[in-house]
Amino acid sequence: MSDTAIKPRIEKVPFREQVLQKLPVLLVPVLALLGLVAIGNPASWLTLTVAGLAMGMMIFIMASGLTVVFGLMDVINFGHGAFVAVGAFVGFTVLAWLAGWTASPSVMLNLAAVLIAILAAMVVTGLLGYAFERVIVMPVYGEHLKQILVTMGGLIVAQQMIYVVWGPDELHISRPEALQGSVVFGEAAIEKYRLVAVAIGLALFLAMRHVLKNTKVGLLVRAGVENGEMVEALGYRIRRLFLIVFMTGSALAGLGGVMWGLYQETITAHMGSEIMVLVFIVVIIGGLGSVEGCFIGALLVGLLANYTAFLAPKVALISTIALMVVILMWRPQGLYPVVKAK
Amino acid sequence: MSDTLLSLAGVHTLIGPYHILQGVDLVVPEGGVTVLLGRNGAGKTTTLRTIMGLWTANQGEIRFDDHLITQLDTPEISRRGVAYVPEDMGIFTDLTVAENMALAASGGPMDGKRLGWIKDLFPPIGTFWEASAGTLSGGQKQMLSVARAIIEPRRLILIDEPTKGLAPAIINAMTEALRELKQTDTTILLVEQNFAMASAIGDTVAVMDDGRIIHSGQMSELVEDESLQERLMGLSLEAHQ
Repeated sequence: MSDTAIKPRIEKVPFREQVLQKLPVLLVPVLALLGLVAIGNPASWLTLTVAGLAMGMMIFIMASGLTVVFGLMDVINFGHGAFVAVGAFVGFTVLAWLAGWTASPSVMLNLAAVLIAILAAMVVTGLLGYAFERVIVMPVYGEHLKQILVTMGGLIVAQQMIYVVWGPDELHISRPEALQGSVVFGEAAIEKYRLVAVAIGLALFLAMRHVLKNTKVGLLVRAGVENGEMVEALGYRIRRLFLIVFMTGSALAGLGGVMWGLYQETITAHMGSEIMVLVFIVVIIGGLGSVEGCFIGALLVGLLANYTAFLAPKVALISTIALMVVILMWRPQGLYPVVKAK
Repeated sequence: MSDTLLSLAGVHTLIGPYHILQGVDLVVPEGGVTVLLGRNGAGKTTTLRTIMGLWTANQGEIRFDDHLITQLDTPEISRRGVAYVPEDMGIFTDLTVAENMALAASGGPMDGKRLGWIKDLFPPIGTFWEASAGTLSGGQKQMLSVARAIIEPRRLILIDEPTKGLAPAIINAMTEALRELKQTDTTILLVEQNFAMASAIGDTVAVMDDGRIIHSGQMSELVEDESLQERLMGLSLEAHQ
């Protein structure tokens, strides 16, 4: 083909559209600034902001797997909360076994105990995810109504299994010594655990971005979210890829469960289904299937929940729903809609 | 060009309640270009998708290289050397041109020499290598779609209406590229409504109507016989030019 016959030309995205595309990223700092104006006291604002970011990061960890699972295979998994609860209980059990380490004044032993609890929770929930996908999800591919029914059924079964193994009572889960207490910045007191949650959430987001942008598995996931049929036509088995993604998403929910349990310091069999309301709000705000959108949505929800709880506790009950309504009125497909092939 | 590479015998495909393919018998000889012609809704795209395993044949046999592939899944059919360029191009718009090409090389890293040949064949692929595929024009996306199908040596390429909605200059360029591709060992099964292009590169032709093959033979015979064209397609060759 002659180069001179057709002059290569690329369609330029108008400047206004480029700005609109970047706009959701600015929502988090804008909300933080509005919070500062509304709260007035910088010390209170800093404490609430870190608390909001920590909460947002933990919700992101739980929601990221769910959004990719939906984007890749169009599967609505109402049972995702089961992995959060099971992860928390497994983490609780491991931390109870390692009580000597968590009570030790050694920071290294404290962190090692938490790390082992997280790894155990991720392994168990990852394997549970494998069984869940094979037994519950696989027979209902492409059938949304059945997916909702059977995955909710799976959630109920998981909750009952927790009753059988750990009993019906809520359990208290203590943070290790090193993660208790606060760090003081000027007049602001910030809980150490929240700083750790922010660090873990940020590291996970950056790791996910790296995998999605720079590895072949990541490319396949991004391509599969857009056009799974074409990925198969190129010779890849998308159902195998989906199983890997489903297990990873389940393991991340397990990680989120341990972190949420340590954050709340009490765990119940229903904690997964309770947190799923926030998780679904975040996934919808972000745009179904979008990891970046999910991250921004989680931070917005975390910050707004904390600011409104301080400023107007009664409004806090509806603040996240109101945020979702406003975002969907602005962008009906969410902040970063994933364009799927017809 | 003599041996049969692909054959369909009595293939029926139902999509939901619709009986689209109603006993397709088609033979694609090895080497060269076989063109599948027919009006809209005749079943051309369904034929390609059924061969590729994207829709499963409810009845009949599909043989590729003398092996039965009727019940194989799409990735397995692809691995046996069949590439597919869908009507909507199937470009991953969220990925760059380079990433689209890298994914298409499912057997391993891209062969540099072959990539160079492709960039010569389709210059925009090289020019916009790092650009997001979503920002390419329609013609460039079509080039990327074909380039992706040939990044690894394939025995058969199924191409669905590569000139649909493209400007005449791009159609000419695509025709030249397919003509060059014809010189390799690759066999092409081309669905095309543009008779001028189809007749320029086609060696054999099959005409579909109502989910069946109603004519098959040499393209040269069809080009020379206007009454046959009118009888088969209800339109004269001139009307397509």
